Amino acid sequence: LREQELPRSRGTGAAGVRTGVAMIRFILIQNRAGKTRLAKWYMQFDDDEKQKLIEEVHAVVTVRDAKHTNFVEFRNFKIIYRRYAGLYFCICVDVNDNNLAYLEAIHNFVEVLNEYFHNVCELDLVFNFYKVYTVVDEMFLAGEIRETSQTKVLKQLLMLQSL
Amino acid sequence: MPAVSKGDGMRGLAVFISDIRNCKSKEAEIKRINKELANIRSKFKGDKALDGYSKKKYVCKLLFIFLLGHDIDFGHMEAVNLLSSNRYTEKQIGYLFISVLVNSNSELIRLINNAIKNDLASRNPTFMGLALHCIANVGSREMAEAFAGEIPKILVAGDTMDSVKQSAALCLLRLYRTSPDLVPMGDWTSRVVHLLNDQHLGVVTAATSLITTLAQKNPEEFKTSVSLAVSRLSRIVTSASTDLQDYTYYFVPAPWLSVKLLRLLQCYPPPEDPAVRGRLTECLETVLNKAQEPPKSKKVQHSNAKNAVLFEAISLIIHHDSEPNLLVRACNQLGQFLQHRETNLRYLALESMCTLASSEFSHEAVKTHIETVINALKTERDVSVRQRAVDLLYAMCDRSNAQQIVAEMLSYLETADYSIREEIVLKVAILAEKYAVDYTWYVDTILNLIRIAGDYVSEEVWYRVIQIVINRDDVQGYAAKTVFEALQAPACHENLVKVGGYILGEFGNLIAGDPRSSPLIQFNLLHSKFHLCSVPTRALLLSTYIKFVNLFPEVKATIQDVLRSDSQLRNADVELQQRAVEYLRLSTVASTDILATVLEEMPPFPERESSILAKLKKKKGPNTVTDLEEAKRERSADVNGGPEPAPASAAGLHTGRLRACAGRSWTRLSAHSPPFGRGTLAWEASVLSGLLCGRSVFRTFFPVQSTPSPSADLLGLGATPPAPAGPPPSSGGLLVDVFSDSPSAVAPLAPGSEDNFARFVCKNNGVLFENQLLQIGLKSEFRQNLGRMFIFYGNKTSTQFLSFTPTLICSDDLQTNLSLQTKPVDPTVDGGAQVQQVVNIECVSDFTEAPVLNIQFRYGGTFQNVSVKLPITLNKFFQPTEMASQDFFQRWKQLSSPQQEVQNIFKAKHPMDTEITKAKIIGFGSALLEDVDPNPANFVGAGIIHTRTTQIGCLLRLEPNLQAQMYRLTLRTSKEAVSRRLCALLSEQF
Repeated sequence: LREQELPRSRGTGAAGVRTGVAMIRFILIQNRAGKTRLAKWYMQFDDDEKQKLIEEVHAVVTVRDAKHTNFVEFRNFKIIYRRYAGLYFCICVDVNDNNLAYLEAIHNFVEVLNEYFHNVCELDLVFNFYKVYTVVDEMFLAGEIRETSQTKVLKQLLMLQSL
Repeated sequence: MPAVSKGDGMRGLAVFISDIRNCKSKEAEIKRINKELANIRSKFKGDKALDGYSKKKYVCKLLFIFLLGHDIDFGHMEAVNLLSSNRYTEKQIGYLFISVLVNSNSELIRLINNAIKNDLASRNPTFMGLALHCIANVGSREMAEAFAGEIPKILVAGDTMDSVKQSAALCLLRLYRTSPDLVPMGDWTSRVVHLLNDQHLGVVTAATSLITTLAQKNPEEFKTSVSLAVSRLSRIVTSASTDLQDYTYYFVPAPWLSVKLLRLLQCYPPPEDPAVRGRLTECLETVLNKAQEPPKSKKVQHSNAKNAVLFEAISLIIHHDSEPNLLVRACNQLGQFLQHRETNLRYLALESMCTLASSEFSHEAVKTHIETVINALKTERDVSVRQRAVDLLYAMCDRSNAQQIVAEMLSYLETADYSIREEIVLKVAILAEKYAVDYTWYVDTILNLIRIAGDYVSEEVWYRVIQIVINRDDVQGYAAKTVFEALQAPACHENLVKVGGYILGEFGNLIAGDPRSSPLIQFNLLHSKFHLCSVPTRALLLSTYIKFVNLFPEVKATIQDVLRSDSQLRNADVELQQRAVEYLRLSTVASTDILATVLEEMPPFPERESSILAKLKKKKGPNTVTDLEEAKRERSADVNGGPEPAPASAAGLHTGRLRACAGRSWTRLSAHSPPFGRGTLAWEASVLSGLLCGRSVFRTFFPVQSTPSPSADLLGLGATPPAPAGPPPSSGGLLVDVFSDSPSAVAPLAPGSEDNFARFVCKNNGVLFENQLLQIGLKSEFRQNLGRMFIFYGNKTSTQFLSFTPTLICSDDLQTNLSLQTKPVDPTVDGGAQVQQVVNIECVSDFTEAPVLNIQFRYGGTFQNVSVKLPITLNKFFQPTEMASQDFFQRWKQLSSPQQEVQNIFKAKHPMDTEITKAKIIGFGSALLEDVDPNPANFVGAGIIHTRTTQIGCLLRLEPNLQAQMYRLTLRTSKEAVSRRLCALLSEQF
């Protein structure tokens, strides 16, 4: 993220200018111990940088309690995260992007996983890691939300499953 | 739906994963992995051809090993082979491996691209989808080169399946982001816009993202998306909660698509078509109304989805900043959220309100929530929420509530998190200065700051308070009394000692009449802190002591004793030792008169932009603020021909050293003081004072070399009338006044001179004047308040010009504000020859008129007389200033009094071309600020006009109206005359 020369704006200025880039930079699913269960990158990072990001995200997210917001500033970006049992679902986006939309995008994604894996648990994500990528690509692509209808996503996944 | 069993389809993989999970140690894991790698390697190398299933399984194992964090150096070819399989599951693993382990091996890329090409052409939607996802995930330049032309075709083809369209749209978006130059705009763009009307909301969702990004870069081309987005949005927000079926999320119709459409609309100004505009307003009102309705579900998902749309709608309302009614409603809605039980909502409301605070329509409405915000500062558990509360208080601060807000921030500072203390200190310092009606309040506030958070008070802050105290004599006595009292505390922060030392050194005499703060008591108080302080502070205190020697002869002996003590004279620190030696010597040898001159009270500092503001800017946006200070320092060094002035040493004061300790010592070295010579030392003094306030500037308190009024002697101006006022006999359309015979008369301005003059406002070089005989060319450069102009006189004929006399003419008024110096040129200009004249320029103060260049010469038997306006205009002394949007609007707001703003609405004289306009604004000298104005069609600029005496910050905004072929230009500066002049100059350019 360092090499991105994006201005750090916090919405403290006037007119909420929306001309800058706004997209998902990466999606991470981690457990409390910091083990990565999914990492999906929407911009170029080298492997060391990815590892550093994973550790930093874990450090900032796990110290927060339930009374805190689901948003946390992160370098020049922000992380929108939600905790489900022992898993943290984190989406890193640009600072001017819509927090609540991504917060619910996470939940929408989790509901799809839950349906697809029938009461999803951490182990499903471990053993079926290659399928999780398919689910992600159906719902998020190129750093954007691709499809939001659970029915449509599940229908497509079911179709692919049958091939 | 069937549950997916663990590792179904690939038993070997599931076993392997289980094995890894059962490993008790890292070593065991590595051992198991190495065993597996050896196994896979032998399978891949074996003679027996592997079937697709085995290949898939091993590639998938390799991928798993890679994801565990181990390096993988083989298997790429097998993965590429999987791409050409006809089975989805095999193809999928192949593509996944490629996407995760991209390898820039060129041979492989060719094979991968080939496989992708085949899949794109397969007409099998599943395969096309896999291929598109792979391109979108990798997004490399090679892929862009191979497919950027193909994907738009897939996207707009009539027979493409919806799901493929979705993927194609986002795939194209990825390629456009990484390699915009490779994505050709074309017929497809208009068809893409119409995807906003697509039946399939998933397609609309994907297309909206693509269009938004494209529209940001090519607003004209995608303008039609506005009305389509509005009608799509309108259909969504007015639909019943079940209409959109599977796109309804917890009773909220298509929330993500609504958000995306609202963001797309933020790429544009409010729609011009009244029908579209009305429909959009209705939409926004509906969204605001829905926020007031009772929730359809108690689930947080419902309210989050609803509020996601609401916050985006509010962003659009703020972006348009044109409907006072909506702005106030938005503010009220956010006000409700400020007290919501959900922390998320409180946080977002604070954040959103910050932007509302800078709209003139809603600033007052925001202010009504001050108590709630202050309460948030005190009670919020999450530091990021408190941080937003501080931001909002800062944004809503104005003269009416400054005292309250500053007091609250100060009290918050006592317990504030370390991570945000420095920022709060800067904010308090800025607000206290900006809204100080009563400077005693300002002094109290800064001293409080130092008391509460001394460690976080940076140099900029305490330099600034000293600057202000020195410049305002109404507060000096109070400041002296206050610092004296503050210093009584047994433990006070070193920054307080610095401020106290400096102020008492300057103004201790103002309180010395009170026996409780007699000179000796003041001295003893300061000296009691001396031994606890760092070297720089001690050095400063030594300077205070020598100042005391001058102020209070009765303590001279005491101070000399202190200076004479071993701990000073033999101090291990060379700086302290030198000061002690020099000050002791000075106090012994110098006469009272000399002492009084050398140690005179500091002259006022030039008014300039607060360096604290610059610091805050730097903190807030390290990438957006250019390091002005650094740049200036460099430039001023340039102007002076080098950073090191000639050393001058006198009366035991080693100036080189004094300069090195600038910022601590402020000994005044007067230019009029004989022992210290002239010029260099005065310059030194200015550098010292410049550094004291955190900046180096090329500025003298005293004229270094007395500049004669514009070259009266050099150019014999006395002989010519001050301005070309009295019109000599009209010369009609002739360029040169050939009839006039009087050498002393100045010709009226040559026709066309005004036009030519205007052309030079935004550029520095070119031909200023030309007729059959003479050509005048200009080349000029400007830095800060200084400039140099080369005037080239070209003789176009083959005959000599005789008595060639160019003269610069300034009115009395102009002479005082603009200093011009030049040397006469050779009176003979040979045929075909060119002579050059250099004019050195200094802008003393802002000015309106332009000097006139009069040229008289004899050509053949005739006397020639030409006058042209010389394009030295106020804007030449611009230094561009980059700033972020928030800073721009913050300052814009600050400069809102009617005298500071000048506006002009005028008809376009030239074709309204964006690029030309940008070039002109940059040529004008201000920075062109991109991404600042919410309306991308507008231009905004910022810069600082440098004059000898002041620096004037200038903001400008140019709003083109293509339809009416008109412009509206607004200038805001702190000085009315400057706003007026800049506005007049720039208005002529478009």
